[in-house]
Amino acid sequence: MSEWLSYRPQDFLMFSPRVYERLFVLHNEALWPAPLLALALGAALLLALAFPRPVRIRAGLVLLAAAWAFVAWAFLWQRYAPINWGIRYVVPLFALEALLLLGLGLRRGGLALPTGWPLPRGLGMALVAYAVFLHPLTAPALGRGLAGAEVIGLAPDPLAMATLGMAAMIRPTWQGWALLVIPALWCLASALTLHLLDSPGAWLPLLAVLLAGVARFWPRRTSA
Amino acid sequence: MLPEPRRLTRRRLLGGLAALAAASALPPLGTRAAHAEIASRQLPAGNLRLPLVGLGSWITFNVGDDPQLLEACTAVMRAFFEGGGRLIDSSPMYGSSQATIGHALAELDAVGPVYAADKVWTSNPDEGPGQIEASRRHWGVPRFELLQVHNLVAWEAHLETLLAMREAGEVRHVGITTSHGRRHEAIERIMREAPIDFVQLTYNIVDREAERRLLPLARERGIGVIANRPFQQKRLIRRLEDKPLPDWVAETGANNWAQFILKFIVSHPDVTCAIPATTRVDHVRENLAAAREPLPDAALRRRMADYVATL
Repeated sequence: MSEWLSYRPQDFLMFSPRVYERLFVLHNEALWPAPLLALALGAALLLALAFPRPVRIRAGLVLLAAAWAFVAWAFLWQRYAPINWGIRYVVPLFALEALLLLGLGLRRGGLALPTGWPLPRGLGMALVAYAVFLHPLTAPALGRGLAGAEVIGLAPDPLAMATLGMAAMIRPTWQGWALLVIPALWCLASALTLHLLDSPGAWLPLLAVLLAGVARFWPRRTSA
Repeated sequence: MLPEPRRLTRRRLLGGLAALAAASALPPLGTRAAHAEIASRQLPAGNLRLPLVGLGSWITFNVGDDPQLLEACTAVMRAFFEGGGRLIDSSPMYGSSQATIGHALAELDAVGPVYAADKVWTSNPDEGPGQIEASRRHWGVPRFELLQVHNLVAWEAHLETLLAMREAGEVRHVGITTSHGRRHEAIERIMREAPIDFVQLTYNIVDREAERRLLPLARERGIGVIANRPFQQKRLIRRLEDKPLPDWVAETGANNWAQFILKFIVSHPDVTCAIPATTRVDHVRENLAAAREPLPDAALRRRMADYVATL
């Protein structure tokens, strides 16, 4: 036990910042023009949640389920695991999240977003909007170029953030919590990785978890 | 106006032929001089001489299948071999590093010159032989020169496997590794009891615990020593880079902090070689140059360590 205490988080970082950044460049190049399609689907998700009806919410969940499954296979398994053997143990969690989303999406009735724009819905929508439109811009903003943009549906961070947004506002409560756990764990791990890589964007996944937590714990309005 | 073409005279022709003959007798470009100058040390067992500076692969060679970065790593290995380097160290724990090394060895046709050092790293002893074979295929070598038990994971069973492989001629040398100064008591016990050829441990100008017991024991038992983490994974360089080198730095033969640190390590008579890792061609050349004379004697080494301690 004392030996394990002598390790620092840095000791577990297996790759350099340039290798991590190039992962996304190669991923986008290999899948082009899928990043554009993914952005369009992300915009459709945002619209569906802005004007929610049960069928649209369910379609959004199915869309996210497909994205979790695709990212698990195309990014984590094919691209990330060869440079980080720990990712092999993360892939089943992504598959589990995909099954959760699919299960909820295919289940008829019961799902809803808060009516009006209370804080949980505002935070949830903000997270989804950030994940779809702003997160891809962090790459050029941090000097990595647009070619290395992390796009929802193709890269894990924006996907986890958008799912946190969905989990932050969805009702009933237990379903929101069930959806929140795995993306929150991924965002915490990603924040640590980015911190160890000295990335100035390390706080972004952390903030996403914090906002989703605030939204989830925010007291629900009770009818008088 | 165009310059007048030079006329071919008998004298010029003979001079040119003589220069051509002299050039063809030399080793290929880039392998000259450096080979002759880089210092090497005999393994205490006496059956091997290795250059004092090798090449590590933790983080630096873990580049996946990125063609651009694979090419950069190949350039590093090319410079390493051209500079007279031989020992390259890796592990199945290092992601795609083994495959990167294999890619570069094939590109450079360098399976011959490399002293291939790898490790076995699995808590399940039954998986050891399969893992070693997978590693060998990644490297593309007929056999490893050195196999080590990585960080003493399941070391008793793995060491038994490795010693049997050595007996069967499937590997030339066998060793154990640790890093960050961990488990030195267990390392000492194994060095006393097991017929190993190498021990790999952390040793540098600020991590000097090994000097007390392990380095003298290595000399006594005829065990080679590979020093890992020479720069504490860049941390030591970052700590020192803003500080002035001592006025007497010329006595050490170092031109910068990296060479100062490396010269301290490889000048210890019980260290066989150090294995700095790098992604840069200029750094690998600089590291190899640290293995050239002059190398500090015991008094100068003390002075170097005392100076760094004051910073």
